[in-house]
Amino acid sequence: MKILLFAHLREEFGASSLSLDLGEITVTDLFEELEKRYANSSLHQVMVAVNEQFVNRDYLIQADDTVALLPPVSGG
Amino acid sequence: MNSALYVLTDQPILPEEVTDKVKRREAGAITLFIGTVRELTLGKRTLYLEYEAYTSMAIAQLTRIGQEVRDRWPDTISAITHRTGHLEISDIAVVIAVSSPHRKAAYEANEYIIERIKQIVPIWKKEQWEDGSEWIGDQSGQNAYPDGKPLIDSDIE
Repeated sequence: MKILLFAHLREEFGASSLSLDLGEITVTDLFEELEKRYANSSLHQVMVAVNEQFVNRDYLIQADDTVALLPPVSGG
Repeated sequence: MNSALYVLTDQPILPEEVTDKVKRREAGAITLFIGTVRELTLGKRTLYLEYEAYTSMAIAQLTRIGQEVRDRWPDTISAITHRTGHLEISDIAVVIAVSSPHRKAAYEANEYIIERIKQIVPIWKKEQWEDGSEWIGDQSGQNAYPDGKPLIDSDIE
């Protein structure tokens, strides 16, 4: 799956996107995996959109989905 | 000139172009909101801002807000343009125009739109100060989601 990163997450991960081969995975499990692989990442307060739709923590992400990690927004 | 109603641009926004999109013979009122870059926030001096967006989703969310507005105020037409990239003090960050037959709906819908932008549109600003910088929304206590998510229940299927 493709993971899109924005704002402070993009800077912390040092990339605007990641490609991960994780198969089906819930948002909660994906967060655990990311925190394991990237020790410095802070996913507190981060919202998730899958294929541009907001989803909850128990949403099951498919292998070919595009997952966006969205810090609290600050437009306007 | 972009004739779409819901737009992100890295170019300066011309408010009249946004207004023109909602002008029509049925309208008796057009409200125009212009959001600009403020220099001082709680005594701290901002030098400039950077706006970053998840562009495709941001446009989809602006379009969704437009639909919410039509559902709540059926006679309104709205247009929103949000800037991205580098902005200086007093630059225009967002312009919202709403037209309606009568002014009350145009005022209400316009305020609703800016509040919703701050809740559900994936745009982030980074403030550059004299002594550092920070992504806003990342600050504790600012724009936090009290329930761990924004007010978007109808978005989750």
